[in-house]
Amino acid sequence: MRGLLKNAGLFLACLVLAVFLLFPLYYAVITSLKSGSELFQVSYWPREFDLTSYARLWTEQNFGRNILNSIVVATSVVLLSLALALTAAFALARVRFAGRGLLLYAILGISMFPQIAVLSGLFELIRVLGLYNNLASLVLSYMIFTLPFTVWVLTTFMRDLPVELEEAALMDGISPLVILFRVFLPLMAPAMAATGLLAFIAAWNEFLFALTFTLVNEQRTVPVAIALITGASEHELPWGSIMAASVVVTLPLIALVLVFQRRMVAGLTAGAVKG
Amino acid sequence: MRGPSLSSERARTAWLFLTPMLIVLLLVAVWPLGRTLYFSLTNATLVDMEHYSLVGLSNYLTYDNGRWYGVLSDPQWFAALRNTLVFAVISVTLETVLGVLIALLLNAHFPGRGLMRAAMLVPWAIPTVVSAKMWGWMLNDQFGVINDALMRTGLIAEPVAWLADPSLSLLSVILVDVWKTTPFVALLVLAALQMVPKDCYEAAEVDGIHPVRVFFRVTLPLIAPALAVAIIFRLLDAMRMFDLVYVMTGATDATITLSVFAQQELIGFQDVGYGSAASTLVFFIIALLTALYVMATRLDLGGRQR
Repeated sequence: MRGLLKNAGLFLACLVLAVFLLFPLYYAVITSLKSGSELFQVSYWPREFDLTSYARLWTEQNFGRNILNSIVVATSVVLLSLALALTAAFALARVRFAGRGLLLYAILGISMFPQIAVLSGLFELIRVLGLYNNLASLVLSYMIFTLPFTVWVLTTFMRDLPVELEEAALMDGISPLVILFRVFLPLMAPAMAATGLLAFIAAWNEFLFALTFTLVNEQRTVPVAIALITGASEHELPWGSIMAASVVVTLPLIALVLVFQRRMVAGLTAGAVKG
Repeated sequence: MRGPSLSSERARTAWLFLTPMLIVLLLVAVWPLGRTLYFSLTNATLVDMEHYSLVGLSNYLTYDNGRWYGVLSDPQWFAALRNTLVFAVISVTLETVLGVLIALLLNAHFPGRGLMRAAMLVPWAIPTVVSAKMWGWMLNDQFGVINDALMRTGLIAEPVAWLADPSLSLLSVILVDVWKTTPFVALLVLAALQMVPKDCYEAAEVDGIHPVRVFFRVTLPLIAPALAVAIIFRLLDAMRMFDLVYVMTGATDATITLSVFAQQELIGFQDVGYGSAASTLVFFIIALLTALYVMATRLDLGGRQR
């Protein structure tokens, strides 16, 4: 009897939690499938299946372009930060040299920088480089938060690999770069997938830099485009379109997260619990 | 086996490997931070960032003609400071308590646990701007589902202006932040819980100790290091919070944060000097709080270094 009560309590707690976690997304989906005045009638179950709001994203907002921008920026950020972080992590994890500890702390310190603290300096830099209103400005500026994180996590992963790995190769006089790519890269693949995915999500979601360094809708990434969707007046926000856009950018991300669930959690905890 | 020449050669290679990463970090982090600091001592504007003059600390605080000027005499900045601190303390406290409770729940063995863990990742994966819009729609005073549900169940008699009422808007923003980031804390705590050896619990169970006591005496001390790290991550994020407030409520006095204030001065009002001063203050406030936190919790961030 007590066991039964305990199970019922557990089930109820899970149910409440699941509703709390999932309801906003569910409600966005059913709102996005409504149209016209039906939008302003609260309903708890899907009542319509109208794709007008989705169609309008493409005809009125040029939302496809925004998605493409986000994909280009996030992918470039991932590739660039993984390439830079892999070589750096190799040095930090496998070689003893003076100043290594200090360097790790400095990198950790940079990951704590508030983005706003570098905004005016970055704005000047981006203007000088001629990158204002250009997606390259975002790829460059996003390094400030993806790079410290990827370096830190890859370093912790690489430190755990056995010493014997490179010793034999070193004795044979094989160059470190070859060792890195032949010996370590295959072993680091899971860790790189996890950190790459986290970097992708961070770049996909970033808002402040994307808002500041782009000017026209053709150069905007998805979060900025969604934040700036406006209707005829401030009080007539096109909620159908906003919810449709929200669903479009969220569902692929959720699919990605669920598929790589275990790896991502491992990457997250490696960065925080162990680090 | 290795001679000194080999290891010094390795050190040289190490620096070579580090150089590209270091150059990028210097370029996008250290240099811009230094420039922001410098701009905070000038009267530069966004339209013309090349021509300006040094004005000392007057962007921070100055006394002129019987009046105080500067960020540190700006009532809106103090509103932002208050909001940011209230937001950080309440949201991080709620996220920690709820995160631990949820982690304990998910640490129990029951069918469907994997599904629950997957559901936890959903709010975390949703972009902040999107969560702000989703909740903004749900909290809409006229057409929102929250007012509808609360009125149907008789908990409120009239629609509540969750985002427009100054006494409620900060709480609404906190609610959304808790929804979005509690899963992060829960996942970190869950990972720590799974490293707690099982025999700790079994011994306690044999001795008939109450589960609540077991939690405070056994579990909590063991997960405390992981919890300390999760809390500092959350505190840092909360103190620099920008997008949620910018999208949900904008720069209203009731919800404006330090980052929103600085961005408004910098970009909205194009005052690079004043905005940089506000940005610099965010940096130093966060640096100070982090240092205090690390000292207070004796957090060993480099604990795994060999």
